[in-house]
Amino acid sequence: MTLASIGVAIFVLLGMEHIRTQARDSFASTVSGADLIVGAKTGSLNLLLYSVFRLGAPTDNISWESYQAIAADDNVAWTIPISLGDSHRGYRVLGTTPAYFEHFSYGKKRNLVFSDGAEFKNTFDVVLGSEVARALEYPLGEEMILAHGIVSTNFSRHDNKPFHVVGILAPTGTPVDQTIHVQLQGIEAMHDNLVPESITAFMLGLKSRMATFTVQRQINDFVTEPLLAILPGVALSELWQMVGMFENVLRLISVLVLVAAVLGLSAVLLASVRERNHEIHLLRVLGAPPYYLFFLIELEALLISVSGMLLGVLSLYLCLLFVEDALFANFGLQLSPSVFTKEGFVIMLLVLTAALVAAAIPSMKVYFQAKTYTDH
Amino acid sequence: MAIELKGVHFNHAEAPDIPVLQVPYWSVKPGQRVFVHGPSGSGKSTLLNLVSGLLECPKGEVSVLGERLDLMNRRQRDRFRVNHIGYVFQRFNLIPYLDPIENIQLAKSFSARQHCSNSAVTAQSLLESLNVEAAAWNRPTSQLSMGQQQRVAIARALVNRPELLIADEPTSALDQENRDNFLSLLLSLVAEHKMTLLFVSHDMALTQYFAQVQALSDISKAV
Repeated sequence: MTLASIGVAIFVLLGMEHIRTQARDSFASTVSGADLIVGAKTGSLNLLLYSVFRLGAPTDNISWESYQAIAADDNVAWTIPISLGDSHRGYRVLGTTPAYFEHFSYGKKRNLVFSDGAEFKNTFDVVLGSEVARALEYPLGEEMILAHGIVSTNFSRHDNKPFHVVGILAPTGTPVDQTIHVQLQGIEAMHDNLVPESITAFMLGLKSRMATFTVQRQINDFVTEPLLAILPGVALSELWQMVGMFENVLRLISVLVLVAAVLGLSAVLLASVRERNHEIHLLRVLGAPPYYLFFLIELEALLISVSGMLLGVLSLYLCLLFVEDALFANFGLQLSPSVFTKEGFVIMLLVLTAALVAAAIPSMKVYFQAKTYTDH
Repeated sequence: MAIELKGVHFNHAEAPDIPVLQVPYWSVKPGQRVFVHGPSGSGKSTLLNLVSGLLECPKGEVSVLGERLDLMNRRQRDRFRVNHIGYVFQRFNLIPYLDPIENIQLAKSFSARQHCSNSAVTAQSLLESLNVEAAAWNRPTSQLSMGQQQRVAIARALVNRPELLIADEPTSALDQENRDNFLSLLLSLVAEHKMTLLFVSHDMALTQYFAQVQALSDISKAV
């Protein structure tokens, strides 16, 4: 029982920490190349979530003219327009330009790589994210129908416009894997309109980082249309601040679980010490000094907590292996099942210390019992 | 004298008015085999704990093998006990999760006397001489029969070649046949090693084996 409760505590503590850091890494690695993300005036978090993570719905579009005006700015090196809104069997369709494959980067400035085929050239060409290709089992050349809305059973389908798969991207561990990419004109073509009037948002890269705030201010003060430019890193840290509260509550809970487990260990050892009067007496007669008995009980606590930890780590590992795919498919969250991080070791060290401190209570009891020996 | 008690008063700290043991004078000569009997709760354990140095003697003199235990501190008494006194209990003579060899080695490990460089060999030859079959040597002692356990207990008590052997009701967990075997084995070993034996029991049937038989009530006034 004690073993299991320590196992559970370790499981929760390590699991929490693991998911937290991995989620951060995963989120932070989603977009690394863009200096600014530009969308219609809204909350910066909202803009970040819908443009990069495809979460939530865009509040408004920005006009093609505004986009063109900003893209033509001297400081701007490149832009990636993004047009969201339609879906195919639950996967988001994203309209963009070939600049996406050239400039979009994730992780440590890694560019997108094709595992099969190449980027789109025609209006009805489609490039699939790796997860989409895997889940829908679409090979190159497959014909597909793209529809409005993001629900695959939506009734207003544009059945008359078949698209062709021309490229499949290599896995990235980001929402890109779950995205269906088409040309901007492709999105418009679904609506019988071959010239884009507006886009959802765009990412832009600057010629020099020094210009970041200048350009940001220019965009935020844009006269013809209310626009918002955000720095992805700043918006992400805002996101962490929001999630931070929640994390702290979870951490508090797991610390309480740990305290309960460690107190349980102490109680179990106290009970066992009471039952083992004879053994203690025998060891005293054999000449074991009181400190020997103290360390004997501490050693026992150590063994129990180490096995509890192994149990916890092992079950966490198995759990992560198990939920890995589900988490990735549903949240685009990539978890590596390796739980042995630096933080993990610190946590286990802390747990071990806590267990030894708690076990000091029964150990001291034995120590004093041995020292002031009285009849049992 | 092997054991000599003078003016010993002992009472528990929580009940100082009730004396547990009061011994004006009591002695055992070297090589004697003394049988002490008395009902349970009469202070037998206290007497043994004083002689073995587990308990500190608050008042009076306790000499064992010519050494004054009442003048020693706890650590010195522990050391003295390990090196000079063998102990056999009624039950729980052995650590249940260790095997016989390990039990004997454990007893040896606390001793300052390094008779033999290889304690595993010592343990094995001891067990052999006490007719503990080799198959039982490496099994946890909790799996051994009571008779086997008591023989391992003797081996453990003898490993440090004590001059005084204390037996605290060692036969009450044994059946008739095992009890007789155990006693003759114990007595022959005591004679062979020229040890002094202090044997405490309430079983009067055992008095036939002993020349000196004393009631605890004759030793201690408190009873």
